Amino acid sequence: MSDRFPLFPESATKLAREIDALYFTALGITAVFSLLIAVLVLYFAIRYRRRSEDEVGKPEKGGLWLEIVWSAIPLAILMGMFGWGAKIFFEARRPPSDAVAYYVTAKQWMWKFQHPDGRREINDLHVPLGQTIKLVMTSEDAIHSFFVPAFRVKMDVLPGRYTTLWFRAEKAGTFRLFCTEYCGTEHSFMRGSVVVMEPRDYEAWLGNRTLGPQRVATGEELFAQLACDTCHRSNSAAQAPILDGIFGKVEKFADGSEVLIDENYLRESILNPGAKLVEGYMAIMPTAQGRLSEEELLQLIRYLKSLGEEAPAEPETAGSSEGPAEEQGS
Amino acid sequence: MSTQVAKADRRRTHYLNADFGVKSWLLTRDHKRIALLYLISVSLFFLLGGLMAVFIRLELVTPAGDFVQAGTYNRLFTMHGILMVFFFLIPSVPAVLGNFLIPLMIGAKDLAFPRINLASWYVYTIGGLFTLWAVLQGGVDTGWTFYVPFSTTYSNTYVIAVGLGIFITGFSSIMTGVNFIVTIHRMRAPGLTWFRLPLFVWAHYATSLIFILGTPVLAITILLLAAERMFHIGIFDPALGGDPVLFQHLFWFYSHPAVYIMILPTMGVMSELVTAFARKRIFGYKVMAFASVAIAILGFLVWGHHMYVSSQSPYAGMIFSVLSMLVAVPSAVKVFNWTATLYEGSVSWETPMLYALGFIGLFTIGGLTGVMLATLGIDIHVHDTYFVVAHFHYIMVGGAIMGFLGGLHFWWPKITGRLYPIFWSKFGAIVIFLGFNLTFFPQFLLGYMGMPRRYYSYPDDFQVLNVMSSAGATILGIGYLIPVIYLIWSMRYGKRASANPWGAVGLEWETHSPPPTFNFDEPPTVDHEAYEYTKRKESRVE
Repeated sequence: MSDRFPLFPESATKLAREIDALYFTALGITAVFSLLIAVLVLYFAIRYRRRSEDEVGKPEKGGLWLEIVWSAIPLAILMGMFGWGAKIFFEARRPPSDAVAYYVTAKQWMWKFQHPDGRREINDLHVPLGQTIKLVMTSEDAIHSFFVPAFRVKMDVLPGRYTTLWFRAEKAGTFRLFCTEYCGTEHSFMRGSVVVMEPRDYEAWLGNRTLGPQRVATGEELFAQLACDTCHRSNSAAQAPILDGIFGKVEKFADGSEVLIDENYLRESILNPGAKLVEGYMAIMPTAQGRLSEEELLQLIRYLKSLGEEAPAEPETAGSSEGPAEEQGS
Repeated sequence: MSTQVAKADRRRTHYLNADFGVKSWLLTRDHKRIALLYLISVSLFFLLGGLMAVFIRLELVTPAGDFVQAGTYNRLFTMHGILMVFFFLIPSVPAVLGNFLIPLMIGAKDLAFPRINLASWYVYTIGGLFTLWAVLQGGVDTGWTFYVPFSTTYSNTYVIAVGLGIFITGFSSIMTGVNFIVTIHRMRAPGLTWFRLPLFVWAHYATSLIFILGTPVLAITILLLAAERMFHIGIFDPALGGDPVLFQHLFWFYSHPAVYIMILPTMGVMSELVTAFARKRIFGYKVMAFASVAIAILGFLVWGHHMYVSSQSPYAGMIFSVLSMLVAVPSAVKVFNWTATLYEGSVSWETPMLYALGFIGLFTIGGLTGVMLATLGIDIHVHDTYFVVAHFHYIMVGGAIMGFLGGLHFWWPKITGRLYPIFWSKFGAIVIFLGFNLTFFPQFLLGYMGMPRRYYSYPDDFQVLNVMSSAGATILGIGYLIPVIYLIWSMRYGKRASANPWGAVGLEWETHSPPPTFNFDEPPTVDHEAYEYTKRKESRVE
């Protein structure tokens, strides 16, 4: 950075502009009220300063109507702030339907990324310009938090569940990535960057790179290794639901509840198969708990998502992101 | 004051000279002496916590982590937070000023349970010393929030020991809260109805409610944390089916109301200072009283605003945002009422009033930036950045410490029977105000720039603002030393104070300075509203 003393972060998304607008409004309100109070306090304190030792103040005037007015005005302003803030917040939490999923695994003290085509990288995430990116994030250890100031996005990254975050960069460049949830000794070095590239450059970049640092078994290999296909394939005697095209659907469960099949549901079902049993099936599936690393879990889920993708399941896949990631059930 | 009176005064028996020797202090049941024991304890913890802040700011002068190592830095900010929050900000005003003044203000001889009061100081001190011992063993690096699973699984430091120290200290809060509530209910002087109580007493009543309702939740949370760490019971650990976010709910269910423990008593102090130095009944007395209680109650309903981006449901976030907006209303009303009290008052610029005026400014900025944080959209960006650090320092340091110092300067003549040097005290107040703003204002800018909190190394372009902040911290540190020096000096060399040096009303000004052991020569009765400056009567003692 050439500018050694910037006072405002750069902004590279529509969300950033929206949050800035709200922020400046709030800042304006803060400045107006702070100045108003400061000026009044100082003016009264000077104007009515004590002139003789036994002088006393005049009895209070005004009373109830003043109290009502100066309760109602802040309340109205505060409710406006709330409404505006909530609108932006819900927008920020709901990925648009064209979002492409990238996977993030955080660990002390690095960010591991995986692209839709399976390519992996550490600390630097390359994404194409103009594409809506949805990050599906989990942690291998402590809680971390994914924060790109230029995008005005932030979301905690938790062990044991998937949280999501989305952005669509509007300009190419390299943007800072911080971990904002204190996570131990090297917390302040858990930094990286998001590199936004022209789509052509991104394709070229993808083409030039070999697979990530360590090779992780693909989801298909894991599916076979864990012998999932003995029950979950169409040639079996239907001991388990067929998984083709299941992602993004709402499934009915043995206890009568209906649950959206998203990353968190798949994760839960792989690790704790009995938790939500699809109606009509028995609880015979073994757990994969302890047999899969976080990254292998992600590979497996990626594979399950890809099953039946030829079928026109795309809009529903996107619809899955409507549900906030934390609504994981029990 | 003539020499004769001074001599007579010196012969008078008061709580300070009623009994001599270490034993008479360590076994005292006099609320005033216990308040002074607390004053010594909390000041020492403040000094230690402040020392850690100095090291933190020294580290942050340069972008590279070069002054201490990362592990040391993490221990420093953790212990700074723990000492300041649990061992200074929470007990400071209630345990020192509240303890000293509540019985005096309501015309009682002492608190309802003098032995429990002494026990609460011992419990507090034992908890504090235990925590310090744990620090000497190697300290703790989890941040004062102890978020799991870092604190249960990944931290190799003294999590359980420090937690136990805080756990022990919590009992002291509960004892103090119960003592205040019973005292305020049962021991008011004849004629002192609820709506004649000084607002300081109302504020402490509201604070005591939080003490006894909130502190047990903290205790349970710490026990669960220890159990999880030792026995892996799986309540928080996702690998065992637990929920790490549950810890945050439990933690903030106490720790958000705890912020009001720090600020409500100082709001009480402010009300006393503003009326005394404007010589005028406070504007909207009843609204002010109810606002204290409203803040205490609403304060329990807003904890989730610390967790908007924690994976908590956005609908929960929405509810917590609305409730957080509501709690801002009584706070705003208080600021307006203090301001309106000055209108047509007889304002004198004594040292405590300087602190009060400074408080109003800092509290307004702290409160309004709190509203910004409570606003869902803005919080996404500024959550866990220096914006938050700046905000809560404006509330907790700008609010609580300015209030504590303002109160200490107001009642110092009553507590010690001595006056302090006017010039130095005003100079100190101004240095503190300027140092404070230079320290924490740049942090708002840093936060919006994106600097995360708890970083000991940061990108180069954040340096200028960090250097400003560190320079401010140096000025602030010197500012704090000024009152320490002249207040200690004044205990021996200060001019003797009359019973009512400010010409204030309130029962505490109707007894001697310093007061006798049982507070009043004869039990007072009350036949007027609080802050009746228009019908001011001469104080009954000299």
